Amino acid sequence: MNEPVPLHLDEAPLALPVARKRAALPWTIRYNLALAVRTAAAWLVTLLLFFPLGWMALTAFKTELQAIQVPPLFFFRPTLENFVEVQQRSDYLLYAKNSVITSVCSTLIGLAIAAPAAYSMAFFRTKKTRDILMWMLSTKMMPAVGALVPIYVLAQSANLLDTRTGLIVVFTLSNLPIMVWMLYSHFKDIPAEILEAARMDGATLWQEARMVLLPLAMGGFASTGLLCLVLAWNEAFWALNLSSAKSGTLATLIASYSSPEGLFWAKLSAASLMAIAPIVVFGWLTQKQLVQGLTFGAVK
Amino acid sequence: MNRFLPRALMAPAVAALFLWMIVPLAMTIYFSLIRFNLMQPEVRGFAGLGNFEYFVTDPSFMTAVVNTVVLLASVIAITVAGGIAVALLVDAPFPGRSLVRLLLIAPFFVMPTVNALLWKHMMMNPIYGVLAQVWQFFGLQRVDWLTDLPLFSIILMVAWQWLPFATLIFITSLQSMNREQLEAATMDGANYLQKLRFMVIPHLGRSIAVVIMIEMIFLMSVFAEIFTTTGGGPGDASTNVAFLIFKQALLNFDAGVASAGALFAVLLANVAAVFLIRMIGKNLD
Repeated sequence: MNEPVPLHLDEAPLALPVARKRAALPWTIRYNLALAVRTAAAWLVTLLLFFPLGWMALTAFKTELQAIQVPPLFFFRPTLENFVEVQQRSDYLLYAKNSVITSVCSTLIGLAIAAPAAYSMAFFRTKKTRDILMWMLSTKMMPAVGALVPIYVLAQSANLLDTRTGLIVVFTLSNLPIMVWMLYSHFKDIPAEILEAARMDGATLWQEARMVLLPLAMGGFASTGLLCLVLAWNEAFWALNLSSAKSGTLATLIASYSSPEGLFWAKLSAASLMAIAPIVVFGWLTQKQLVQGLTFGAVK
Repeated sequence: MNRFLPRALMAPAVAALFLWMIVPLAMTIYFSLIRFNLMQPEVRGFAGLGNFEYFVTDPSFMTAVVNTVVLLASVIAITVAGGIAVALLVDAPFPGRSLVRLLLIAPFFVMPTVNALLWKHMMMNPIYGVLAQVWQFFGLQRVDWLTDLPLFSIILMVAWQWLPFATLIFITSLQSMNREQLEAATMDGANYLQKLRFMVIPHLGRSIAVVIMIEMIFLMSVFAEIFTTTGGGPGDASTNVAFLIFKQALLNFDAGVASAGALFAVLLANVAAVFLIRMIGKNLD
């Protein structure tokens, strides 16, 4: 029944005039013009979007008077006094130490718990695997505030309020679903045959994990760890509600500037800059792995 | 390998998450049924469904639900549309592209409290703020952002933070597009919009799904931005469900009502989860 589709030869020339009307300018000029326009547009958009951060960085090096000057000041003699004062007044280094310890520990513990689970789900799939993964993700969707009162009461009775241990436990648990998901999707890309071959050769589970899986999934571990480090570093809700002077992280230090006292813009900027600089630089250095992590490896 | 080992390997994660879910949930259900004020621990008693009634009939409740949905929808719409636009803009090579990419993704790494204070004080302050200066430069009436447009201000802050995330993912996805196909389409006389509509957008489908999914997970419970800028106000203008529960628990010290609200949030999260799995889950397997 397949009749050949008739070719409408008479329609073909209609497509041609498109090429003709563009030929007015030589292509080199057109190309350079387009490039110039594109470059200008891209830089304009970028600078607009980056402006708030750039402005904060500039303000951090101004005196308080210069910071609120109208019209705003773009050129001035930079000063470091704000950074010194932030450290003296609120012990920046203590908060920074808390941030580093809580985010690094929660990431490492999280990886240790998530990796075996992800391994088991990726290489020993059952009918329930998908349900378990979805259930894990759904625990992440519940607003943390829903669990605030119980967690607060529990932390209080376990003497974990305002301790780094308490924060580490909470950060680990709240990032765990994401970690399992990410490791799972990375593991899934590894052909199971490679692991089976190792097992055939008599490798124990531990040897298989250490000598075959770990090298192959290094990128996955890296991106998972990096993203969770960023998330834990920036976590504000639990840090604000479960910690204060002793175990507060940098997120809580900055929140303390929201009071009217925070109108010291230069100091606020200096403190903010010190709070975000480590993680922004870290994020820049690792952006390739982060994309992999952020999308569960789903976007190549 | 026997059947026991895979389960044993999964056990710690499943057990930890199960406890993390079920213990607070059970306690929340219990609290939601009793009178429980954190300031008067001695006054206790069975409250029946009173807490639920109080929470749901609270005039703030509907506002909070609407605000939550509006915030979620607007930020997702802005970041997906804006992210695609910016990604297309920086997709082809131009001088300084690698620097542009670094600057573009920076806001994503900024912690929410810094983001909030940065916008509150330095950008949106009605007198000294940069936006006020810009408005005045163009001869416009200055805007007191956080008082007059509180929810919009929050949307702006959150969208600014998440736009880089969307952009970054769309850039990555665009790089895997088949250039030859695009060229072939050009030869056939397809214009830019046609190529965008029929080739680029469909190619980005999967990454759009990823962006929507991740943003939904994180934006359901936006808290720090509201806490540090508007405090939910003025009135309830910028209160979302997460913040309303917080207000009941730690500002009104009413753990009973807060727990009833928390159960509502669980319900909301599950509705969203079902929706998400239907719409997007298949896309990710």
